[in-house]
Amino acid sequence: MLQLAGHSFSSRLLLGSGKFASPELMQAAVTESGSQLVTLALKRLKPGEKSLDLVAPLQQAGVQLLPNTSGAANAREAVFAAELARELLQTNLLKLEIHPDPRYLMPDPEATLQAARQLVKLGFVVLPYCSPDPVLCLRLQEAGCAAVMPLGSAIGSNQGLQNRAMLEIIIEQAKVPVIVDAGIGQPSHACDALEMGASAVLVNTAIATAADPVRAAYAFKLAVAAGLAARQARCATPLRQASATSPVDALMAYLR
Amino acid sequence: MNQASSHLTFSSVLANLAQTDLLLTPYTAADVRRALQQSQPGLHDLMALLSPAATELLPELLHKASQLTRQHFGAARQLFAPLYMSNLCANECTYCGFSMSQAVKRRVLNSAELLQEAQAVKAMGHDQLLLVAGEHERKVGMAYFRQQIPLLRPLFSRLMLEVQPLATDEYRELKQLGIDTVLVYQETYQPTAYQQYHLKGKKTDLSWRLDTPDRLGQAGIDKIGLGILLGLADWRTDALRLATHLRYLQQQYWHCQFSLALPRLRPCSGGITPAIEISEQQLVQLYAAFRIFAPEVDLTLSTREPAQLRDLLLPLMITSLSAGSKTQPGGYQVAPQSLEQFSIDDDRSPAQMALQLQKLALQPVWTNWHPALGR
Repeated sequence: MLQLAGHSFSSRLLLGSGKFASPELMQAAVTESGSQLVTLALKRLKPGEKSLDLVAPLQQAGVQLLPNTSGAANAREAVFAAELARELLQTNLLKLEIHPDPRYLMPDPEATLQAARQLVKLGFVVLPYCSPDPVLCLRLQEAGCAAVMPLGSAIGSNQGLQNRAMLEIIIEQAKVPVIVDAGIGQPSHACDALEMGASAVLVNTAIATAADPVRAAYAFKLAVAAGLAARQARCATPLRQASATSPVDALMAYLR
Repeated sequence: MNQASSHLTFSSVLANLAQTDLLLTPYTAADVRRALQQSQPGLHDLMALLSPAATELLPELLHKASQLTRQHFGAARQLFAPLYMSNLCANECTYCGFSMSQAVKRRVLNSAELLQEAQAVKAMGHDQLLLVAGEHERKVGMAYFRQQIPLLRPLFSRLMLEVQPLATDEYRELKQLGIDTVLVYQETYQPTAYQQYHLKGKKTDLSWRLDTPDRLGQAGIDKIGLGILLGLADWRTDALRLATHLRYLQQQYWHCQFSLALPRLRPCSGGITPAIEISEQQLVQLYAAFRIFAPEVDLTLSTREPAQLRDLLLPLMITSLSAGSKTQPGGYQVAPQSLEQFSIDDDRSPAQMALQLQKLALQPVWTNWHPALGR
């Protein structure tokens, strides 16, 4: 189970709800994916009017909403929006996103850490989208974040785990779940992340922009399950040389 | 005014920029294919994509543009409407229906009229508003903006402004008043042509206009809209300058977002006919080339283009569009019969446009960071 501050999720696949052609298609993909935790961009909500046309389909799908602060330009805006989300959507869970760079949407490490500290004090379960920086991830963990969400590669780029070496260190060091967010473009990337030891992955663009998003959601569901099973099975690791019947084994057997 | 003179500005960059090799290279189909393969296309790639050689490969350009749009924006398409606050203008621009010498009834909307117009725009479903005015520093300047913008700010999730170029400190104040986006189209980057079309008023000052995006960046405005008016001068040259400007601004002001508009000169009262025609096919090529060159920026398409062309371009590369537009002050409610700045072609209502988007498997997006979220 994926444990996030008292919430348990059997699915290791988080979905984003943006970029879909319609709310109906988004709902169908969410259902097919088996995901139990789906992000929702606060910037798309009109709080005054309760026009929650994205919320209803997600509630119908029976998933836990994970509001995100995408669009916030700084820590102050993110914190303000988070408080509003909590009130409006009745959840403490929050995906913290502050990316002031509009070209590559790289997260701002300074503002993210600053906002994370404040939000934890305000009682939020904070899941920060962050750079794959091992020390930053430790700092976010120290700040009380319930997980860290380092990027596999640039958001929306479908390039997979370009930051593998750093992700490996983060996974090794983290005491909180590591959810690889951004850049996962193929089910094989998601499988790879789980095999590597990630607790979960978050996927949006790859599913929402597939020719058949519902089928893509299914493929990601299988890939995540396969990656987790492979890790649990402790599958054989790759070796540089072939190892037929080993002379070492024979000698060891003789010595025993 | 006190813009930091230590800052580099684009007019000084452009003054030292010949770019003759970019303009004179006889690009071939091989150059176009190479440009289509680049993960980060440069100016040479853009010029190859804009070249006559690329017309043969237009389907490939469209495929690439479509794929990049889908990757970066998914099915989301932003909708907005313009609200003309005033048609007073102290400039003489030979292509514009609001020029000083034009015999148009002049009008500046007062607070009550602005609110009436804004409510009418809201009632159509819009939540992102573009405030537009002719350039009249004295009557429609900072004093007017200071008075009116706070009234409109709570009604919309995004407030954009398209008025005369202002000084850095004024843009800082406008940001405080709640302006998210400022549009300032250069019309043409070519000095000779620029002077030929802009005869009187502050708009004759090419550098002042050219350095406006620098002042916006320095003032920390979130989003800057750039554009050229097609039909005034050689469009490939203007496209190259626009692309150079965009890249320069992205490096100088990394936190700014950008949108690009490529409007074609439209008939207007007393206006000129385009000196240089750009065909629909060339317009499509131009939009596709910019999508490939800068996949992350918003590309806007005006209601001045025909509905059929808009519907074909929307799924492939347009991410932001106006709908139900009126291009005269009071046009929605207060004085719907008055003379417009230019005639629009696509007169579908926002609701019809939203339905059409859904038919095209696109998602109409009305809201972007509602004011209740705090900003």
